[in-house]
Amino acid sequence: MAVAEYETGRERPPWTAVLHEWVTTVDHKKIGIMYFLMAVVFLVIGGAEAMVMRFQLLWPESRSVPPDVFNQMMTMHGTTMIFFAAMPILAGIANYIVPLQIGARDMAFPRLNALGLWVTLFGGILAYFSFATGGAPAIGWFAYAPLTEHAFARGPATDFWILGLLVSGIGSLSGAINLVTTVLSLRCPGMTLRKLPLYTWMAFWANVQILFAIPPLTAALVMLLFDRLFGAHFFDAQAGGSPYLWQHLFWFFGHPEVYILILPAFGMVSEVIPVFSRKVIFGYEFVAASTVAIAFVSFGVWAHHMFCVGMTRTVDVYFAAASLIVGVPTGIKTFNWLATAYGGRWRMAAPMLFCLGFLSMFVIGGLTGIMLAMAPMDYQLSDSYFVVGHFHWVIIGGILMGLFAGVYYWYPKVTGRMYSERLARWQFWLLLIGFLLTFGPMHFAGILGMPRRIYTYPVDRGWELWNQVASLGAFLQAPSYLIFVWNLLFSLKTGAPAGDDPWDAWTLEWATTSPPPSYNFETIPTVRSRRPLWDLKHPDDPDWKYE
Amino acid sequence: MTQAAELSVFSQRAPLSPVKVGMLTFLFSEVAFFGTLIMAYVYFLHQTTQEEPTPRQVFHLPTVLAASACLFSSSATIHLAERALHRDSVRGFLAWWGLTIVLGVLFLVGTGLEWNDLLSTWGLTMSRNLFGTTYFTLVGFHALHVTIGVLVMSIVFGLAQGRQITAANRTGVEVVAWYWHFVDGVWVVVFTLVYLVGR
Repeated sequence: MAVAEYETGRERPPWTAVLHEWVTTVDHKKIGIMYFLMAVVFLVIGGAEAMVMRFQLLWPESRSVPPDVFNQMMTMHGTTMIFFAAMPILAGIANYIVPLQIGARDMAFPRLNALGLWVTLFGGILAYFSFATGGAPAIGWFAYAPLTEHAFARGPATDFWILGLLVSGIGSLSGAINLVTTVLSLRCPGMTLRKLPLYTWMAFWANVQILFAIPPLTAALVMLLFDRLFGAHFFDAQAGGSPYLWQHLFWFFGHPEVYILILPAFGMVSEVIPVFSRKVIFGYEFVAASTVAIAFVSFGVWAHHMFCVGMTRTVDVYFAAASLIVGVPTGIKTFNWLATAYGGRWRMAAPMLFCLGFLSMFVIGGLTGIMLAMAPMDYQLSDSYFVVGHFHWVIIGGILMGLFAGVYYWYPKVTGRMYSERLARWQFWLLLIGFLLTFGPMHFAGILGMPRRIYTYPVDRGWELWNQVASLGAFLQAPSYLIFVWNLLFSLKTGAPAGDDPWDAWTLEWATTSPPPSYNFETIPTVRSRRPLWDLKHPDDPDWKYE
Repeated sequence: MTQAAELSVFSQRAPLSPVKVGMLTFLFSEVAFFGTLIMAYVYFLHQTTQEEPTPRQVFHLPTVLAASACLFSSSATIHLAERALHRDSVRGFLAWWGLTIVLGVLFLVGTGLEWNDLLSTWGLTMSRNLFGTTYFTLVGFHALHVTIGVLVMSIVFGLAQGRQITAANRTGVEVVAWYWHFVDGVWVVVFTLVYLVGR
């Protein structure tokens, strides 16, 4: 209210009024922006933690960082990136874009939306509060029992870690309930489920996965908390409990989690490639259906993280086969994107550039995934740097590349300004080269036997060169993220005015002003095809005739 | 498919209101939550070659059966409360709804008596053995859900007394009833597993 009073006048509202406006808002766009900002802050923190590790691993027998600090950095880097950077950044973008794409005025439950944001942020703060208790947890991001039991992880740090994840899990869950409900019940007239923009469709399925993947993690965390606080025995082998159960529960969450992260990035790529190739997406139905296939299959592959535990051969064979099957719908998507881009009139702006980076890198990451899915291969490579290399290859080459494409694509809509193309190109090339140098060598170090999570390594193993190249790559990558943040902030003031539809795009978010008003649309739009803005711009040749 | 036919399949106005979809979505996630706790219970069920007390020693079935009967019948009374509201009979609604709350409280009293017996007679705590660990976690989380249900239903009861709840705005009542049926359904599984299979 306070700010609205100032909007007509020229006077700037006092900062307290602005702060009050943002803290109390239930507007999906403001909440989306705050999710995004929270994630960027944690991205920088998590990145700094990675730098500490790469610095320590620069030389063999190095003592640059104390070992316990190294273990804390390793734990907090993984935890931060997954739970407090990747999840919130995707939640934020979905919050902002999905209601606009389906022609809605807000999310289904605006106040629940605000709760989700603040609870997620509070979870992050709780996890980081562990530093104030004498050191962060040193348990690794998947927190294998019995290392997390009281005997091995003394002090309250691990409890704060559990509480932080529990609390932010409630945030993720409330956000998912909200988003799924919004897509199911607030679509504008004419927008059937079969006409959903692909980003919305994939964000929807990612959130359906959250609904079914986060609660098992919550239950597992509660069990762990009971073990630690009340002396329960879930994961305590001496009293008949089972550390093995933790692995099952964690990965039942953990594997769908990577699809929760990558599906929205797939969605962004599916929006950007058609617009920047000036072509309709190739095989909409196949892209959409393969999304559903991924969402379902991803719940049946979790134990491929556990081949080395010594499960029975039947179980190994099943999980290897199921994991290979995930490659099918993912491959379908890749061919669809290629076919969409093929023969198009490419517009080589930053979003497209990142999409090309995404396509090439993600395919390579997928292939190393297939290597790891084969149980005999995994026996050799499990818990080695090969896994670290593969995982980061997919996360950065897949999720982050797609995410940057989406962020640059929608930046003009969110801010009303164009970003700096030059800075974006610097970011892309620094990121790509740094990324290749960091994570490529990790595969080789892994094949040469370097275990993950080791504090330091002896001189004579042949790991030295690979580690030094990886660290060099990491130091090249780091500025690319700072350029990204700088570009976003700097362009707010200096960017050229973007106009409503700078990319000549086709989905509903481009039909309203940039930035959109708090009510999104003056009149709720009616759509007849998957590209409502194309219909509007080309009344002589509308899409709905052919769909 | 023609345009008109397609529109009729995915009708313009969503068939369920956001509140209902939201509750269904929430209950879907609750299935995963209780599913995990139940799986953990099953996982440890036959590994209980451990020190006493065992489930066979400690369970006093009459108390459990009486409490369970209360909870199961409350699904019927809440349904009758909804029917009364549908007929616009606020008095009938208050009566059945109030009875549902009472039955929920009686169930909790039954759980309290059972826990008291386990603690004082048998010294069974969460840290005593694996049975205590899994039993108190699973049954405790269910009891927590019953408690939340009783609290929410009490709020609805207060609102209805103030004539704030009518047949026209009964969506809230319906989704609370769905939640209650779900909590009941979970108890069917937990009861079977803990007191029949697990004994």
